[in-house]
Amino acid sequence: MKHLRKLGAYLFLLLIGYVFLFPLLFMIMSSFKPEQVIFADLYSIRAILPVGDLTLDNYRQVFEKSDVLLYFRNSILITSATVILGLFVNSLLAFTLSRMRWSGRKYILAAVVALMIIPIEAIVVPLLLLVSKLPTIGWEQGGFVLMGSWLNSLEVQILPFVANSFFIFLFYQFFRDIPKDFDEAAELDGATPFQIYRHIIVPMSGPVFATVAILHFLLMWNQYIWPIMAVQGEDARPVMPGIQIFFGRQTSWGEIMAYASFVTLPVLAVFLAFQKKFVSSLAGAGIKG
Amino acid sequence: MKIMKVSLLSCAIMTTLTLDVSSAMAAPSEVKLWRHETSNIKEIEVSKATIERFNQSQAKWHITAEMIPEGSYTQTVTAAALAGDLPCVLDMDQPVVPNFAWSGYLLPLEGLLSKDALNGLIGSAKGTYKGKVYSVGQFDVALALFTRQSILEKYNLRQATFEQPWTKAELLDALAKLKASGEYQYPLAMRTGWTGEWYSYGYAPMLQSFGADQIDRDNYVKSEGVLNGEAGLAWGAFFQSLFNNEYVDRNPSDDKGFVQGRAALDYVGSWEMANHSKRWGDDLVVMPVPDFGGGPVIGGGSWQWGIAKSCSNPEGAAAFVDFMLQPEEIAAMSVATGMIPSSPEAAELTDHYQVGGDWRYFYDFTAAFAELRPATPAYPIISSTFEKMARNIKDGANVQDALDEAVDTIERNISDNKGYGFN
Repeated sequence: MKHLRKLGAYLFLLLIGYVFLFPLLFMIMSSFKPEQVIFADLYSIRAILPVGDLTLDNYRQVFEKSDVLLYFRNSILITSATVILGLFVNSLLAFTLSRMRWSGRKYILAAVVALMIIPIEAIVVPLLLLVSKLPTIGWEQGGFVLMGSWLNSLEVQILPFVANSFFIFLFYQFFRDIPKDFDEAAELDGATPFQIYRHIIVPMSGPVFATVAILHFLLMWNQYIWPIMAVQGEDARPVMPGIQIFFGRQTSWGEIMAYASFVTLPVLAVFLAFQKKFVSSLAGAGIKG
Repeated sequence: MKIMKVSLLSCAIMTTLTLDVSSAMAAPSEVKLWRHETSNIKEIEVSKATIERFNQSQAKWHITAEMIPEGSYTQTVTAAALAGDLPCVLDMDQPVVPNFAWSGYLLPLEGLLSKDALNGLIGSAKGTYKGKVYSVGQFDVALALFTRQSILEKYNLRQATFEQPWTKAELLDALAKLKASGEYQYPLAMRTGWTGEWYSYGYAPMLQSFGADQIDRDNYVKSEGVLNGEAGLAWGAFFQSLFNNEYVDRNPSDDKGFVQGRAALDYVGSWEMANHSKRWGDDLVVMPVPDFGGGPVIGGGSWQWGIAKSCSNPEGAAAFVDFMLQPEEIAAMSVATGMIPSSPEAAELTDHYQVGGDWRYFYDFTAAFAELRPATPAYPIISSTFEKMARNIKDGANVQDALDEAVDTIERNISDNKGYGFN
């Protein structure tokens, strides 16, 4: 009976695993198949198996039709800059909210919590108007010039997304539960608040930094609506809007799958690299609840 | 000391600015251009070559182009208009032109473009709003009914001609014969799996051939009686019967039915000609769309070029658009992409579309049967409502209810927007 129950549980887990893995496997396998084979295999197990006429043509077409390496480089720059700046800025604010006493702290905390419920779609239009009026300083023909606006640049995809109320709150929760005795001992030794943050809090908060890094990475790597609105030129285009090149009068699903596979790999790699810390951090946060 | 530093800084800035101004006077004025980026590499290459030729041909203007993915193009243009960041020259799908014109994004082209260029274009190559031209195109596409000679002979079906297209009865008779043969589970492919503008582009012409329309083109305000009148009802019943009789697959898993020989007839646009021709060779037959009573009708208007109202160099933008409309440039686009050239002079410069050319029938279909989509800013809501309605009818909804609901949605939206400039 016990074995049967165990077998049932495994079968159920297998089914769940299949449901989650199917889209990923289908995407990767289809990226190596010609259009006709993709549709011929659609309703059989062959759809997720590397069988039939496998080819790299779809990938060749992706590289020929789009500047995917440039988009890739842009996404890496945007994502890494935002994540690194975000880890610093968000954790620093969370540190001041959780470990320091100053007037107005509760109001700021309330504002951070309140901001978490506002989605990007709600602020995207006013944000666009704002950045379109902000000039940047550039270098042209041997001199500094004030450029028209932030639009069409890498910074317009980085700076508005560095501070994030949800990540501040995650850091706040984690920092709040670290005993205050550490701070007091450091203060007695003459440490400044930044030294406490740098040498005591940060080293003790690896899991939450990993969690925020992953979540922020995913958020930035998958940015779609904002780059479509704020970036027109290829020079600053990230990977996600680039896929739209392949949707037109004639849609080639093989090429779309190849492009999607190519841009999904880094996300998988980052998740797998941080998986242990990510899970332990989430579990830890749950226990502390 | 502080004053000296400020003076030095001022001098440096002035020198930089002076250098900038003097160099700007010598250089050609920049004219920014956006075009949608398609997966059709040849189309993009021809556009880039045209821009290069224009830049080389004169020293007054310099076109700087940005390619923006087609799937997100309209959102990008709308966002840029909101931020006041539109380029001088931009291309857009013809049906959205009235909406952009009404929103104040575009300049009317009469007076900017040369009269010869404007007058030389076929009707479906011009996007209008309230009688003014706001966009012009280098090419168009045409709907047609594709089949194979061997199928026509095997099932004793008449080959429809430009002069005598199939009637509704002939189409239904052909579908009944093909279905009864057991050779085709779904004898007609109609791309019902496609989403977005295809429903309006592909199926509204059928509605119009029945004698109905999406909106009353006399006032662009009322849809009542035009969409949901007797003719509309007849179209809805016919459209639904195609699926109920299993002549057309309600939910096709792909759009390869005709190419793979699973469908005998293919109702689709001329852009598939190259694929079909490659697959079936001499056996391929291209027929006009059927006449459902009011004459054959096909959709008109493809991607076209306009000039933004915010453009600081409208003369430069107009010079480039004029350049693009030269017969040689239009012909170059057609030769590279196979699309229908938008002027008779350009058609004569191509092998496919010149009089007697092997694809000339597409040009004739466009010139004779093309009906532009309603030239109103309400078109986006008309199109999306029509798609929802046609899908519901396809899936078995009560035809009258579906038509009435669509009329209500369209008229409510127009009323909410104070008629979009029409009264």
